[in-house]
Amino acid sequence: MMKFKFLEHTADTKFQAFGSTIEKAFENSALALKEAIAGKIKIKDKVKKTFIVEGKDKERILYNFLEEILFLLDAEGFILNKAKCKFLNENKLKVEVWGDSAKNYKFTNEVKAVTYNEMFVKKEKKNKFICQVVLDT
Amino acid sequence: MVQEIELKKISKNEWKIEKQGAMKVPVVVYASEKLLKKIKEDITLEQIKNVAMLPGIVKHAICLPDAHQGYGFPIGGVAAFDLDEGIISPGGVGYDINCGVRLLASNLTIKDIEKKKKEVIEKLFKAVPSGVGRGGATKLSHDEVKQVLEQGAKWAVKEGYGTKEDLERIEDGGCISDADANNVSDRAIVRGLPQLGSLGAGNHFLEIQEVEEIYDKEIARVFGIKEKGQITVMIHCGSRGLGHQVASDYIKLMEDKYGWSNLPDRELINAPINSELGRKYFSAMAAAANFGFANRHMIMQWVRETMSGIFSGIKLDLIYDVAHNIAKIEEFNVDGKKMKLCIHRKGATRAFGPGRKELPEIYRKTGQPVLLPGSMGTASYLLVGTEKAEEVSFASTAHGAGRVSSRNAALRNLRGETVKKELEREGIEIKAGSWKSIAEEAPQAYKDIDEVAKVSHEVGIGNLVAKLKPIAVMKG
Repeated sequence: MMKFKFLEHTADTKFQAFGSTIEKAFENSALALKEAIAGKIKIKDKVKKTFIVEGKDKERILYNFLEEILFLLDAEGFILNKAKCKFLNENKLKVEVWGDSAKNYKFTNEVKAVTYNEMFVKKEKKNKFICQVVLDT
Repeated sequence: MVQEIELKKISKNEWKIEKQGAMKVPVVVYASEKLLKKIKEDITLEQIKNVAMLPGIVKHAICLPDAHQGYGFPIGGVAAFDLDEGIISPGGVGYDINCGVRLLASNLTIKDIEKKKKEVIEKLFKAVPSGVGRGGATKLSHDEVKQVLEQGAKWAVKEGYGTKEDLERIEDGGCISDADANNVSDRAIVRGLPQLGSLGAGNHFLEIQEVEEIYDKEIARVFGIKEKGQITVMIHCGSRGLGHQVASDYIKLMEDKYGWSNLPDRELINAPINSELGRKYFSAMAAAANFGFANRHMIMQWVRETMSGIFSGIKLDLIYDVAHNIAKIEEFNVDGKKMKLCIHRKGATRAFGPGRKELPEIYRKTGQPVLLPGSMGTASYLLVGTEKAEEVSFASTAHGAGRVSSRNAALRNLRGETVKKELEREGIEIKAGSWKSIAEEAPQAYKDIDEVAKVSHEVGIGNLVAKLKPIAVMKG
């Protein structure tokens, strides 16, 4: 299964990420966000961080999850390589991310924010989940 | 997915979508046939129709000539809301609160700088922090950041950046007094802390320009533009991660409080202006705007220092600083009645004409300078605000070129190396963080700025004063 794909959007960056479970679709959304920021640059797994995001629906959890990745980049200079997600209950997601100090790389595509615009998380069929996100870039 | 929306032609550059369905007011679009064709290619018109459905919107929702699809509100859109019945929406301001432009006039001419372009841009690249995941040059405590948020450019002057004389040449004097740092989350402050005094990346830039054309000599002189060939410097950036986080925080708070089940798009989330949360957002947005003013003020100081090191006797006077993602409380005449309104300008520039009390003495007779940054490699424009703008567009005009194609499309079709060569052939020196950022921001990906400026002038919502051609560009 394709992990994610970018879709046309005039000013911003829009993607869909896929997964056989909702967690995998979330993890692949993080990979799409990484590519939106850093392109195809290979990021090393030097640092691991763990955090929990909560939300009253799946979209809100996805929004908070991706926003945390942007927060880590701005506040701590951390660029993600990959993520592992696990729902602890319906409203709580445990996230582990691996990555490196952004200073070790050169990338310039600023993602300003995650948006709710056209966002959805849905189960398309058995074993196929889709997340759609528009990033303000 | 783009549905046909019925547009009535009012005049050469003016179109109207009549009130229909849940719309509370009509929509007015200011665009030439050519620009309208582009606007129709995405969902801009659908989005502005959604804006026209929001509670308390007054008179009409406006699409400017550079409008394109945004999230929730389109970019290049203006909406005015009644203070009693209306709403305020973070999506109507944008995530990059007080993204804006400042323009400096120098006493140099192209002859002085032509041979030193490369040196200038290399040195600016070193002096002004830019890029993603990299901080600014200052280390501030949490408390100092609160001062930045409440004092804006005034804080910067106190700290030795720029001068007091600069302050009146910034919208709101570089300090919006409604700001309250207590309503900015710690998370936003932590995110913004390392970024104060940095350009960022994406479409933000620092540019050395040459005056290519002067359309209105008298007004140009008042603004500090004396002759063709004169060198100007333009800075385009915003409130960085701090502003993004403020927007994001309040979108979530408003959603929790008011829900979005009655909204056509979750991103249109809003709160009544006259509510605790509405007022809190306004004060936090003002604080983020102050951060943006301080940020541009610091960058200006480094530009002055760097250029003074290269050209002895150089003067770089601030012409003006405008915010093009912001909400303001302003007074307008609506159908013969004076009303205080909350004007949302998302990708739109304030364009006050002569006489407005908000303007400094120096510009009160002419109207305010309006800055339209071009894309990398195309011209930028200096315009002047008008009384007509106050009558028809809540004193607003365009904010720049506006994209026509996505970053992905630009990357597929263009190579950074090729774009750089093409620009060099036109005499434009460029220094960027990566080839990729050059390709993404290539002039081909943007609307025709000449056409945007022309429509603004023809409609009379921002009149032409001067055209500025880039000669050296720095990008994150």
